[in-house]
Amino acid sequence: MRPLRLAPALTLALMLGPVLAGLVGTLLPAIGVLPALGGSTPGLGPLKALAGWPGLAGALWLSVVPGLAATALSLGIVTLFVAGWQGGRAFAALERALAPLLAVPHAAAAFGLAFLIAPSGWIARALSPWATGWMRPPDLLIVQDPWGLAMVMGLVAKEVPFLFLMTLAALPQARPAQRLTLARALGYGRVTGWLKAVFPAVYAQVRLPVYAVLAYSMTVVDVAIILGPGTPPPLAVQVVRWMADPDLSLRFLAAAGAAAQLALVIAALGLWRLGELGLGALGRRWAEAGRRRHGEGALQAAGLALATLSALAVIGGLLGLAVWSVAGFWGFPDILPDALSTKSWLRHAPALAGPTVETIVIAAAATGMALALTVACLEAEHRFGLSPGARSLWLLYLPLLVPQVAFLPGLQTFALVAGADMGRGAVILGHLVFVLPYVFLSLAAPWRAWDARHAQVAAALGAGPARVLWTVRLPMLLAPLLTAAAVGCAVSVGQYLPTLLIGAGRVQTLTTEAVALASGGDRRIIGVTALAQTALAAAGFALALAAPRLVWRNRRALRGA
Amino acid sequence: MRAFARLFALISLALPAWADPDPADWPAVLDEARGQTVYWNAWGGATATNEFIRWAGRQANERLGVTVEHVKLADTGDAVSRVLAEKSAGKDTGGAIDLIWINGANFAAMKEAGLLYGPWAEELPNWAYVDVAGKPAVVSDFTVPTEGLESPWAMAQVVFYYDTARLAEPPRTMPALLEWARATPGRFTYPQPPDFLGTTFLKQALYGLADDPAILQGPAEGADYDAVTAPLWAFLDDLTPHLWRQGRAYPQTGPRQLQLMADGEIDLAISFSPGEASTAIANGQLPDTVRTYVLEGGTIGNASFVAIPYNATAKAGAMVLANFLLSPEAQARAQDPAVLGYGTVLDLDRLSPQDRARFDALELGIATLAPEELGPALPEPHPSWTTRIAADWTARYGTGD
Repeated sequence: MRPLRLAPALTLALMLGPVLAGLVGTLLPAIGVLPALGGSTPGLGPLKALAGWPGLAGALWLSVVPGLAATALSLGIVTLFVAGWQGGRAFAALERALAPLLAVPHAAAAFGLAFLIAPSGWIARALSPWATGWMRPPDLLIVQDPWGLAMVMGLVAKEVPFLFLMTLAALPQARPAQRLTLARALGYGRVTGWLKAVFPAVYAQVRLPVYAVLAYSMTVVDVAIILGPGTPPPLAVQVVRWMADPDLSLRFLAAAGAAAQLALVIAALGLWRLGELGLGALGRRWAEAGRRRHGEGALQAAGLALATLSALAVIGGLLGLAVWSVAGFWGFPDILPDALSTKSWLRHAPALAGPTVETIVIAAAATGMALALTVACLEAEHRFGLSPGARSLWLLYLPLLVPQVAFLPGLQTFALVAGADMGRGAVILGHLVFVLPYVFLSLAAPWRAWDARHAQVAAALGAGPARVLWTVRLPMLLAPLLTAAAVGCAVSVGQYLPTLLIGAGRVQTLTTEAVALASGGDRRIIGVTALAQTALAAAGFALALAAPRLVWRNRRALRGA
Repeated sequence: MRAFARLFALISLALPAWADPDPADWPAVLDEARGQTVYWNAWGGATATNEFIRWAGRQANERLGVTVEHVKLADTGDAVSRVLAEKSAGKDTGGAIDLIWINGANFAAMKEAGLLYGPWAEELPNWAYVDVAGKPAVVSDFTVPTEGLESPWAMAQVVFYYDTARLAEPPRTMPALLEWARATPGRFTYPQPPDFLGTTFLKQALYGLADDPAILQGPAEGADYDAVTAPLWAFLDDLTPHLWRQGRAYPQTGPRQLQLMADGEIDLAISFSPGEASTAIANGQLPDTVRTYVLEGGTIGNASFVAIPYNATAKAGAMVLANFLLSPEAQARAQDPAVLGYGTVLDLDRLSPQDRARFDALELGIATLAPEELGPALPEPHPSWTTRIAADWTARYGTGD
C-alpha cells in the first residue's frame, strides 16, 4: 500500500522536476551567468540588450495579440457550436471527425492551410483564371501578414478540436440535458438557454485547458514560422533564432528573451483571468435580465459555419498536401498536377521507416508510464480518500503553461550535467513531462465518474482492493483508458523541441525528420511526412475506438464512445 | 595506495593523447574507425544533399566499416548550440556530434570559442588532391584561416536562376536589377537575413555597389563601415518597395524560393549552387524553362566544409568519412548535376587519368553553366561584415513594418 500512497508525489516530481530545473538553467544566462561563454557575474546586461533590440515592441505585440485572439476565437467557436448543436446530427459528425483532426500535427496543418490560402494556393487556383483572370498569382500578402491573421487562423483550426475534446469531457459533469430542459421550459431559446444555464458550469471545467491554449498560442514556434510574420517575428520565434545564431554571445539575449516570454505568458494569463471576472459579472447581469432569445437561428448557423470552416481548413490542407505528395510538376493556375507519380513516396518512405519505429517505441513507453502513474494517482486518491485540490490541478498544468523555450534549453544542460542525455530513455522521460498532463486530464473525469458501488459489490464478494482494480475497474474503464492512451501517443508523436534537445539529434523521430525536411519548403516532402505523422497518430485513435468494441462485443454498455 | 593513485593519475593524464587519433598514422585511424558510428550533423532541408549523404554513408559502411547516421538539422546553429551546451555541462568527451557540415560564421564562432577538434584536415591522405592554389577558399573560410580544423568537400558559387518563359533578359548588374524590379514590381525576393543565402545576396549587392570591394577582405571594425555600406542601404531602400510582397515578408530559406518560382510568384532568385536549378527541374520542382546565369564582374564563391567538435566520440570515423568525401569518386558524384551539382574542391590535374575521366564523363544539367561560363569567383568578405550587415538589415528592414 505504501508505494501507492507515494504515487501522487512521484508523479508531480517527475513532471515538475524537469520544468523547474530547466527554468533555472535557462534563466541564469538571462542575468549573464553562462560559464562556457565566459559569463560568471550576474548583471542586467542581457535584459538591457533585449530592451534595446529594435523589434521588441513588434515581437511582444505578435506574441500577445494573436495569442489572445486565437484563444478567444477557438473558445467562442466551440461554445457557439456546442450551444447550438449539442445532441444533433452535426454534433455527432464533428465528434467523429475529432480524432483525425487531433491527429494532424500543428506544422502539417499550418503548411496545408498556407497552401489553401496563399495567392498561389488551392483556392486561388480553383478560381483562376476563369473567375479572377489571374494567369499568375497576384502579389498579395496573405500568408505571413504583419498582423498575424494567417497565424491566428492556423492556431484556431488546430485548437478548436482540442477545446471541443475538452468540452466533451467536461459536459457530463455540467449535466447539460437537465439544465437545458429547465431553461427551455422557462421559454429560453436553445443557444441563449445553453449560454446562460450550461456554459458557466462547462467553462469552470475547461478553464485550465483554455489557459493551456493561451500559453501555447503565445509561444508556438512552428506554426508561427510557417504562417506568421517575419519582420519581426513573434518573440518565441526570435528566441529560437537567437539560440541558433552563429554569434554565440546572442545566447544571453536568447535567455533574456525566454525570460521575457515567461513573464509575458504570466501577464497574459492574468489579463485573461481579469477578463473572466469582468465578463462573468456582465454575464450574470445578462442572465438575470432574463431575455429569452438572441437571434437563435443566426447564432446556430454561425456556430455550425465556423466549426465546419475550421475543420475544413485542416482537412482541406491535408488533402492538398496529400496531392502534393504524389505530384509531378504542378504550376499555377493548374488545380491538379500535370502528372502523378509515386516518386516522392519511393524516395522518402524507406528513410522514414527507422524514425517511425523509434516514434512508436517512444510514444508507447511514455504513454505507458503516464498511464501507470495516472492510474496509480487516481487509485491512491480513491483508496486513501485524498481529495485533489485546485492547487494540484494547477501543478499538473504547469508543463503546458510554461513556454517550452523558457525551460527546454536549460533542461538540456541539466540532462547533460546529470549524464542522462542522448539516449532513448532520456527522451522518453522528456516526453513524459508533456504526455502525463494530457493523459491525466483525459482519464481523471471518467475515472472519478465510475460508480463506486461496483467496488462495494466486489468487496462484498470477497475481492481485495487490488483485485477490484484489476478485474473490475480497469476492464470497465477500458474505453477511456485507451482514449487517454491515444491522446498521449498523439502528444508524444508531435514533440519536436524536447526530442531534439534531449536526444541530441541522435534520437530521430518522424517529427524531427519532418521538421528538418520541411525546412527546405518542398511541399512534396512535407506532404509525405505530414501524412505519415497523421497516419501514426490517427492509428492510435482508431485502435482506441476499435479495441473496446472487439473486446466487449458481448457487453454493449462497456463499448465506450 | 598512494603509488597506485599516482599511477592512475598518470594514466588518465596520458589518456587524451592516446584517445585522439593521429591522422599522420592513417592505418591506425582506419583501424580505430572500423566499427564506429559517425553522427554527421548536416542541414536536412534539401532532398539532393540528403540523398548524397545517404550514399556516402553506405559507401563508408561497405568499404571502411564506418556507420554513418545523418542527423538532419533544421538549422546548423542547432549543432553549434549542442556542442556549446555540452561544454557548459563539462562534457568534454563522448559528445553527441562527430561531424558537422559547416562554414562561414558558424565555423568562425566555433573556432573562436574553442569548440573544434584539430588540426587534422591537412593530414588526410586525399588532401594531396585538393586544389589549394587554384581554390584558396578551401583553406580560407570567409577569410578565416581554416588551420586544418575543417576539411572542404564542395565548392559553391552564387548564380541566379530565372524562368525564361516569363523573363527573357535577366538583369546582369545590381543597378540593372533595381531597374527591372521597378519596371516589374513583386517578382523578386531573397531569403530573409540572417539566413546565409539572404546575407549572401546582401554581400553580392555590396560587391556590385561598393567603390572598393577589396576592403571587405579585412575586418569590418578596421574600415569605415558606414561609408562602405552606405551604397548598399541606399540600393535596398530603393529596391525593397518593389520586392515580392513589397518587402513585408520574405522566404525563410533558399529552397523556399524554388516553390515560389514553381508557383509563379517570382521570376528571379538567387542560389548558392550552380546545379540546384537543374536538379530541381529533374525532380519536378521547377519548370524546365528555368535557366541560370551570373552577374557581370563575378559572383561570390565559397567552400563547404566538415568539422569535428572538440568532444566528438568517433573522431577517427569522422576523419575517415571526411577523407572519403575528398576522394575523386565522391567528388565526381557530388559534381554530377543529376545528384548534387556541387563543384569539386580537387585539382583535376593531380588525378589519375581514370579518376579524371569520371569528371569528364559528367553531363551538365539543362540549366547548369559550364565551369568557364561561371565567371570569376569573388572571395567571401570577412565574417565580421556578414554579421554586421545581417544585424543592420534586421534593424532596418526586419523589425518594423
